[in-house]
Amino acid sequence: MQVDSRHRFDNFIVGSANRLAVAAARAVAESPGSVYNPLFIYSGSGLGKTHLMGAIGNLAVQREATLSIEYLSLDDFVEQLHAAIGSGETELFKQRYQRVDILLIDDMQFLTGHRETQTELLRLLNAMQGGGRQIVMSSDRPPGEIADVDERLITRLSGGLIVDIGSPDYETRIAILRAKCEERGVRFWPGVVEELGRLEFSNVRELQGALNRLIAFQTLGGEQIKPENVLTVLGDLPEAKAVASRATPARAPAENEFQSFLTDVASAVAQHVQAWKVKIAEAIAYWTGEGYRTGQLERLLQESDPPANWESLLRGFGATVERLKALAQQATEVDAALGGHELFRDPERLRDAELLVDRALAGATPPPGPSAAFTRAGFEVSSSNQLAVKAADAVVAEPAERYNPLFIHGPSGVGKTHLLNAVGNELMDASGGASTVACVSAQLFMDELIAALQEGTVERWRARYRSADALLVDDVQFVAEKERTQEELFHVFNALHADGKQLVFCSDRPPRELDGFEDRLRSRFEGGLVVEMQSPDRVLREKLYARFLAATEHAAQPELLAYLAERPAASVREIIGTVNRLVAAADVSGTPLTAAVARAELEPDQAASARPSTPVAVRAAADTFFLDDEKVVWDWTDAPTRLIEELK
Amino acid sequence: MSLVNYATREITCKIVYYGPGRSGKTTNLHYVFAQVPDDRKGKMVSLATQTDRTLFFDFLPLDLGTISGFTTKFQLYTVPGQVYYQTTRKLVLQGADGVVFVADSQARQLEENIESFQDLHANLAEQGIDAREIPLVIQYNKQDLPRDLILTSAELSDALNFRSVPEFPADALHGPGVFETLRAISELVLKRLSSPARV
Repeated sequence: MQVDSRHRFDNFIVGSANRLAVAAARAVAESPGSVYNPLFIYSGSGLGKTHLMGAIGNLAVQREATLSIEYLSLDDFVEQLHAAIGSGETELFKQRYQRVDILLIDDMQFLTGHRETQTELLRLLNAMQGGGRQIVMSSDRPPGEIADVDERLITRLSGGLIVDIGSPDYETRIAILRAKCEERGVRFWPGVVEELGRLEFSNVRELQGALNRLIAFQTLGGEQIKPENVLTVLGDLPEAKAVASRATPARAPAENEFQSFLTDVASAVAQHVQAWKVKIAEAIAYWTGEGYRTGQLERLLQESDPPANWESLLRGFGATVERLKALAQQATEVDAALGGHELFRDPERLRDAELLVDRALAGATPPPGPSAAFTRAGFEVSSSNQLAVKAADAVVAEPAERYNPLFIHGPSGVGKTHLLNAVGNELMDASGGASTVACVSAQLFMDELIAALQEGTVERWRARYRSADALLVDDVQFVAEKERTQEELFHVFNALHADGKQLVFCSDRPPRELDGFEDRLRSRFEGGLVVEMQSPDRVLREKLYARFLAATEHAAQPELLAYLAERPAASVREIIGTVNRLVAAADVSGTPLTAAVARAELEPDQAASARPSTPVAVRAAADTFFLDDEKVVWDWTDAPTRLIEELK
Repeated sequence: MSLVNYATREITCKIVYYGPGRSGKTTNLHYVFAQVPDDRKGKMVSLATQTDRTLFFDFLPLDLGTISGFTTKFQLYTVPGQVYYQTTRKLVLQGADGVVFVADSQARQLEENIESFQDLHANLAEQGIDAREIPLVIQYNKQDLPRDLILTSAELSDALNFRSVPEFPADALHGPGVFETLRAISELVLKRLSSPARV
């Protein structure tokens, strides 16, 4: 709709009641979109809202002809929207309005109840404001009093400048009347216009109506109206009556009485209202409008005296909201649906929101779990390790109830890793796969931390472990002297322990011998149960040889088993090595694996001289160094070869 | 009921006109009501008997518009003065932010005045309100009556105003003193905005 070209600033009479509105309107017309946006003008009907909006449009075009200006009443807007929805061209509708430079919407009060229009308008306002385009709206009441309107829309409407136009005062009325007389080319008897101006018309339209009546009376009646006749001519207009009755002196002071009472109350209120509470209430209104819970601030309002730190509390609230926003953003990255979670709207539950995000992040990349290869069923028990195994079984049966943390130590290769992973697998099976078991070597734990530090994702990394239902760490001695890793481990330990989660650690030495560890960590390791796994005893060795040989093509003859079990073995790994070696030797010679073959292979010297195998006894007595397959030279080259070598 | 609600930006004052029967409490309200410009006028609710005596209470809401950003509303109540409406009086007194005691200046009503004033104290005490804490002003109404029928303000003050609260001679029928009283009680009540009352 086009702007009425008769509505201009130069024919708008400015008085005290509309000066602010006119100044604001002019500023908007001169630089649309950069000052008061949106501009909201409200006043009773007939006081010049439409004229002012038209004037904005006309002046803006006059200054810059290329501007696209749209003037319409809200009713038109609703109708267009409905038509667009009806014809399925809502996109077209949106685009059309997004191209407008200045949008002038009249009669905003009809917004009441039009939900879809409100939504559309809100969207449009956001888009236009974002694009630096000007919006001017008018209504017969301030935004807050338009019933049944979305709170968000109201805050948008109130976000720019709200100005009202009051009823014109006497001088303005006279100026309007004179301008109108001039426009119509009418001349009145001196004093007539002033007499008419004395009547307190609440709006200009009625004033104009009264003037029209006088003009008609004068032109049709053919005689000049005298000032004293004005009231008679207008006799039955209510305003004329009001003035007539106001002339009686009894009522005149009466009105002043109420007025002065009102003034007194106003000054008393202004004096006694607590500014700090007003500030907090404003903040509440703002944050509520933004969709955040404000219980924390609302409780502040209950205080009778300003808390000393109310300003910092207010700032802190803002900061918390910012943090929530960041968290919501993080959550959205992991899971779009999570971003809308209500926890992100309640600053009082920031911790919960953080946990939620932690969980979400942890869920996205779970911590390393136990290796499925190590099963509890595949773990052989004997007196050398039964204490550790019993403890492990207790942990599986009642996680975090009995031995928390469980600290298993023992020499290398006795099955700590196997047992640890087996516990992890059992724990997972016990929960039906629902629980997250973090099973990690200390080395990997540290490597991950370093990587996370590099990528700046320490929080996420930390969250992965803190969200676990159990944490099993192998070879914990590796983090000796690694202060940062120990610190993280310490915090994870505490967090999980406090949450009643099971912790199991493995190490090659007992906690008290862990050098390079902080006491706080060491003492925590000691806090649960410390068990030792020893080198396999005879019973275990026999079981293990039987098991490993069974896995080969060679039958485990009792004699062979008895022979092998007698041989000391520091670790399971050594037993595996021996089996592999015997199998290889048997395969090479193409003979079945017997005790004799084994003896020949393992004790070549003794086999040759048929002497009792004293070195075995020596080995058994010696420390484990000599029992290590890899470190002991088992086969010396024969004499001729050695001789040739030396000659070379 | 709290006087000021910062969250909704509302100030609501409940002022109760208290006093013996026929002392002119309703007349006070009528006069105020008549002075309120039409656009601010709420509906005055009066539950009166056939003989125009207040049976339950009068209620005059005054919408004072937006003051310092606060929607300000005054609620003026009267209690029935007759002794036997004790329950209604207590009911109306609940949650009052301020009390205007309207005394009848006629000499022969002195006993009733004193009795009603004691009744006010008793009822306040019953609600756990310390009469020394609640804003209170006293109005000596009917000062327009012939001199030989009435007591002067000074005499009434001696009899009633032992606590030296603000007091006003008035002629509620014709207006003098009515707004002075209302203004005084309003100021006392609003003063509590900055030193909030215990609820």
